Amino acid sequence: MNRAIADALAAAPERGVQEDVMVLNMGPSHPAMHGTVRMVLTLDGETVIKCDPEIGYLHRGFEKQCENATWSQVFPYTDRLNYCSPLLNNFGYALAVEKMLGIKATDRCNYIRTILGEMARLADHFTSLGAGALELGAMSAFLYAVEARDHIWDLVEEVTGARLTVSFARIGGLKEDLPANFAERWEATEPRLWDVIKKLDQLSTKNRIFMDRMMNTGVIGADEAVSLGFTGPVLRSTGVAYDIRKDSPYFAYDRVDFEVPVGTNGDNFDRYLVRLEEMKQSISIIRQCLKGLPGGPLNVDDPHIMLPPKESVYNSIEGMINHFKLIFEGIQVPAGEVYSYTEAANGELGFYIVSNGTGKPYKLRVRPPCFYFMGGIDRMIEGGMLSDIIPTFDTINMIGGEVDR
Amino acid sequence: MSRAALDSLVAAFPQHILETTDRLGDEVAIVAPAGLLEITTWLRDTPALAFNMLSDVTAVDYLARNPRFEVVYQLYSVSKKHRLRLRVPVGAENPSVASVTGVWLSANWAEREVWDMYGIRFEGHPDLRRVLMYEEFEGHPLRKDYPMQQSQPRMDLRRKERDAVEEYKTLYVDKLAQARKAEP
Repeated sequence: MNRAIADALAAAPERGVQEDVMVLNMGPSHPAMHGTVRMVLTLDGETVIKCDPEIGYLHRGFEKQCENATWSQVFPYTDRLNYCSPLLNNFGYALAVEKMLGIKATDRCNYIRTILGEMARLADHFTSLGAGALELGAMSAFLYAVEARDHIWDLVEEVTGARLTVSFARIGGLKEDLPANFAERWEATEPRLWDVIKKLDQLSTKNRIFMDRMMNTGVIGADEAVSLGFTGPVLRSTGVAYDIRKDSPYFAYDRVDFEVPVGTNGDNFDRYLVRLEEMKQSISIIRQCLKGLPGGPLNVDDPHIMLPPKESVYNSIEGMINHFKLIFEGIQVPAGEVYSYTEAANGELGFYIVSNGTGKPYKLRVRPPCFYFMGGIDRMIEGGMLSDIIPTFDTINMIGGEVDR
Repeated sequence: MSRAALDSLVAAFPQHILETTDRLGDEVAIVAPAGLLEITTWLRDTPALAFNMLSDVTAVDYLARNPRFEVVYQLYSVSKKHRLRLRVPVGAENPSVASVTGVWLSANWAEREVWDMYGIRFEGHPDLRRVLMYEEFEGHPLRKDYPMQQSQPRMDLRRKERDAVEEYKTLYVDKLAQARKAEP
């Protein structure tokens, strides 16, 4: 805090600051501070001179907990990182451990992960755009977006059995296959999503108030964004086409055709447009994957990794011992270290894993995309108006569970 | 990841590179702490490598090993699309390593988190405060000798947490008054 004030002081004469500046605490409990974040703002009138974001209110020791859990027990914790798109976190972690084990998921599994991952991305973007519009006063846009998100969650519920804390991925595969009627259900859902995307577009994109609030606010330049470690839609809005799905494809992304939308100005409006376009691309990816969904086995065939079928656990001693060992001792991951990265809804979600050859991770570091947004948000806010914080904070889509871990 | 990037790094700084591996397709260089700043600047500024993004900084506590800690940097080049990992061994006594905040802006918060969680100091960091825990927190929770169930002492209410405005006024108004006096 004192540093923030000192900096503002040092800069004050050049900026022509009045003598009575005000220090304002925005958050941690504020309707527009998603999750709980505090921003210590130094204001000159309504202009923000200095912004000092303070995080950690949702810290629950994710990494420490993971070091005391088996490799498979980590999945429920990853659900709670980015709670708008838990499936993507699940798959990102599974991919990291698979890289460490040196195994590759089956074709069918990769396609299903792509489908479900894109559904999670859609849900995340709907939440982000809807909440963003709501906080600028567009209640109806929010209601439409949340309705669309619910359609997606209905599907997710049908596949995984849960709406939010899904824990659906397994190391080397998935908990279950898609239900038989999934393609039909998707056929029924898709037009509804298109309908909402169209409505969101009509309600917001050419809305005078929305444009005034979003355009040229929260601007960040491309070089600065790269240096700050920004990824995902926020980086792409500055014109840098960095998308891990394209640059180092994983799952089935090298077998589908999609485009990476980029912006030009790096302002809030561009971030909104990038997300809107990405949703259309996601729907197209899901269509292609459903069309090309291969048959064959779902999970890798390795008794050291996958749990045996329940029939064998209850009826044979070998199956029972296998089950027992995997549950109590965990999957034995060879010693080593690995950094695995996937494109989550907000950007590069990385897992840096160190194993000492036992059933528990020795070190499990998550590289959350939002943490770096929060580290650079002061540059997007300072010099702007107090009211511009709301759209800026919305379009970076900070997720408390992921930032604070 | 790119084998070529690792090779050129070794060729340019043989004295600072302690070891290299490329297991599982991840190119890793273990770098002596003395060469860190020079190497990172070089990696960023060499056009053929152009590591313009620092994806992540973290540390690992190998309690039984000497040196005890390792600070890990994940680098990425947005234009060349290749990655590299640097690992810097750091001793247990007063652990500290040079800050790379001058090379990549993202190092600012990432290094704050490593300080918070592991108690490793970053020399030259402009603002090394805790980022996830509160200022009064005792110890560094991700160290392996920090027990899982460790409880923290109850702290007093901050009676006057931040008298920011007061401080601002005394400092600022005085400064302004002085500046005005100095004007002819």
